[in-house]
Amino acid sequence: MPETPTDCFHCGEPLAGRAVVWAHLHDSDVAVCCPGCRAAAQLIAQFGLEDFYRFRTAPSVRPREDAAEWLAYDDPKLQGGLTRAESNGRSVVLLIDGITCAACSWLIGRSLQTLDGAVQASVNTATGRARIHWDDRKVALSQLLQLIADLGYRPHIVAADSADSADARARAERRAILQRLAVAGLGMMQVMMFAVAMYVGEAQGMEATIRSYLRAVSMLVATPVMLYGGWPFFMGAYNALRMRSITMDVPVTLGLMLAFGASVFNTWRHAGEVYFDSVTMFIFFLTVARYVEMMARHRSTSVTDSLSRIMPVTAHRLRPGDLGDAVSDVAVAELAVGDRLLVRAGEVVPADGEVTHGRTSVDESMLTGEPLPVDRGCGDRLAAGTLNAGEPVHLRVTAIGTSTVLAGIIALLHRAQAERPRIARAADRMASRFLACVLLIAALVCVFWSVADPARAFAATLAVLVVACPCAFSLATLVAVASANAALARRGVLVTNQDAIESLAKATRVVFDKTGTLTSGSPAVTECTTSGAVPESDCWRIAAALESASEHPIARAFGARAAAVSPARDVRVVARDVRVVAGAGIEGSLGGTRYRIGTPAFVAAARPGAPPAGAMPPQGAAEGLLRDDGAIVLGTATGELARFTIGDLPRVESARAVSALQALGLGTEILSGDAQCAVQRLAAHCGIKDFAARQSPGDKLQRVRELTSRGEFIAMVGDGINDAPVLGGSGVSIVMSRGSALALASADLILVGDSLQALPAAFALARRAKRVIRQNLTWAAGYNLSAMPLAALGLIPPWLAAIGMSLSSIAVVLNSLRLMRGAASPADHSKAVAVPPRPLVSKSLLGSSLP
Amino acid sequence: MSIVFVLIPVTLVLVGFGIWAFFWAVRTGQFEELDSAAWEILVDEPVAKVPGKRKPETG
Repeated sequence: MPETPTDCFHCGEPLAGRAVVWAHLHDSDVAVCCPGCRAAAQLIAQFGLEDFYRFRTAPSVRPREDAAEWLAYDDPKLQGGLTRAESNGRSVVLLIDGITCAACSWLIGRSLQTLDGAVQASVNTATGRARIHWDDRKVALSQLLQLIADLGYRPHIVAADSADSADARARAERRAILQRLAVAGLGMMQVMMFAVAMYVGEAQGMEATIRSYLRAVSMLVATPVMLYGGWPFFMGAYNALRMRSITMDVPVTLGLMLAFGASVFNTWRHAGEVYFDSVTMFIFFLTVARYVEMMARHRSTSVTDSLSRIMPVTAHRLRPGDLGDAVSDVAVAELAVGDRLLVRAGEVVPADGEVTHGRTSVDESMLTGEPLPVDRGCGDRLAAGTLNAGEPVHLRVTAIGTSTVLAGIIALLHRAQAERPRIARAADRMASRFLACVLLIAALVCVFWSVADPARAFAATLAVLVVACPCAFSLATLVAVASANAALARRGVLVTNQDAIESLAKATRVVFDKTGTLTSGSPAVTECTTSGAVPESDCWRIAAALESASEHPIARAFGARAAAVSPARDVRVVARDVRVVAGAGIEGSLGGTRYRIGTPAFVAAARPGAPPAGAMPPQGAAEGLLRDDGAIVLGTATGELARFTIGDLPRVESARAVSALQALGLGTEILSGDAQCAVQRLAAHCGIKDFAARQSPGDKLQRVRELTSRGEFIAMVGDGINDAPVLGGSGVSIVMSRGSALALASADLILVGDSLQALPAAFALARRAKRVIRQNLTWAAGYNLSAMPLAALGLIPPWLAAIGMSLSSIAVVLNSLRLMRGAASPADHSKAVAVPPRPLVSKSLLGSSLP
Repeated sequence: MSIVFVLIPVTLVLVGFGIWAFFWAVRTGQFEELDSAAWEILVDEPVAKVPGKRKPETG
């Protein structure tokens, strides 16, 4: 180990400014940043698995410090719905947060095997899912979960039914596409070889028997490729036509069928041309594209996964006992309306309910976009999925399962997604128009030859259709989209939907969420105005000392800011006799003076003659202050010393990114669930004129629909659960990689670097891609249309047609690859924002992006 | 040239066998998780041989 390590051995976070903790491994001591990392590192060493550190390709995630209760999961009644009985034990599906690379999967699998009775564990690095099979007579589920948690990961149990169906569906899809890929690939190679033989034979002379034989064999090989490999495209086209829309599958299917049909016909009559090589190659490339798209889709989280990340599996139910209330842990699925629950600090509220006892602050940011925790007391409502950030409270359940606010948002998301194809899939207009032209010309040729020379009518018509075979034509879009996706990935934008590039290029207006998108998403102290009695740096130190007694997010914001402002960070002062008043503030002594920090009312109450603290205004007022004003006051019995403004700081790159987008001619708008003045301030900072505050998920969706009906094409950028419906309902959705899993599930593009910087470049690139696609289509159409009359007259010899076809495809591919060039150097439209090249996306990124 | 009448069917049979083998590999779950397998051979000694380690269940 180096003398002075700068980063934590386990999680790789910088050690600067932290007390170094040493972890004892077998033969050396290593520096880590926190007890959590130390425990994980020592446990790994104890298992003899230090190789993990040699082979991992990404640093581990810092273990969370809150201890979770796993014992509750041993209850057989609870396990009934979550696990599955197997021949020699039980199995469970876990979603494990913190898996960053393949080494993590290996570590978890190996560690579990050291437990007697853990039969088998298969961990999928890409999705973060693990299926664990254990012998319940030898080892308890809680022990398995505890071990995974001790290694520094965080397991969530996925309910058996949903896990099985989603898993099975994904697996079936993956297997089917792999098999089709194999058939198409091997078939293509064979047919290509025969085709080369036939081309050479054409030039050098070949016996008619051998030529016919090769054609028959080509047909034999191409038929399974066509029927098995091409099946998904035929089904896609059939479904599209039944829905009265035209997708890319329609021209693909028609082209394939015509080329294949003509080839079969020509093979049968031993004359004319065969195109089995084009057919198989075409199917193979299309299947490769599908496979790549599917992998991206499976990596992004599903809605089921996101729910199991958000919602707890167990709840603490209160039942009247002989000595007051008795607490028992039950499955959330068992809860009924009217049950009384205990929600401890740091826990997620398991059901919608009303507070019956206690008061606390609740982090509702995922539902409302509000960055600051809100104060909740007796009679207030809590929503399932929000986080209890303050004190333990009792709750009376008012809604469960599908009637909760969260479930309502998810239902809204599903509806929005279902309505989407009509908006986004008008993309293939040009393709269908081209196709209509070809069909028209073919019909005319057919009619002409029927009159002029009926014997040649069929051959000539087929020649027209085959020359128009959209080989270059379909490659035109395919290769351009693929290279644009690769170029975007290099800039830190992950594409999960094939239509995304097209939609991005069409966008006329970018709508942003506020919290977590334009801002960093965590509360920060933005300003300090002193009354002059005490210097500002002292105010910061006093405030930080008092606030260090609380774990409230605002208190933590003080600690962070004070460390940055105060020059002598080593001289930390410690307050004495600290008293925390929930929802109001903190009181404590420093150097003999009694200080208060908190809401203006709380601080004012310290003055002699003021009404006692008990007569403080109810939480509504305090909450209002926090919301609309965000002022925190520091004071003594003699008066106020300083006033701090709490807010959510804009991201450093927000204003630049927005102005670059405006320079591209895009409209910009903010839709936020937060308060009016906060949104207004941010809009002014970023230079955005249109904004709306206090928007519910439904309001946002409504607004986007309104804009869409006015002819705008909306790109929505968001991150929260409350954004999920509007993301699903917009033309193209872009989500920050740290966004909630539900938002990620409805994303077309994911900003991997969790930064808006890449956004303008992504729009510019999408437009370039669109231009390249148009050039390709024009070229392909031009080639086809000019060759068609010659083909119709039977003037093109086969070798020339083959060369022409290949050159046409190569031209299209080379033109598309231009999109890749310049991906690393930000050029053309995105001059306003410098985009640093990013490493290619690692697949673990999505697995580790937590809500 | 008439040798092709024999050789091409032979290659087709081999291709058929290849496809069958690939289907078998896909069905037995060998393509489920492509990351850790290549990586595992880097590690010298397995912790313990676990009895009953089999392919994952289908369905």
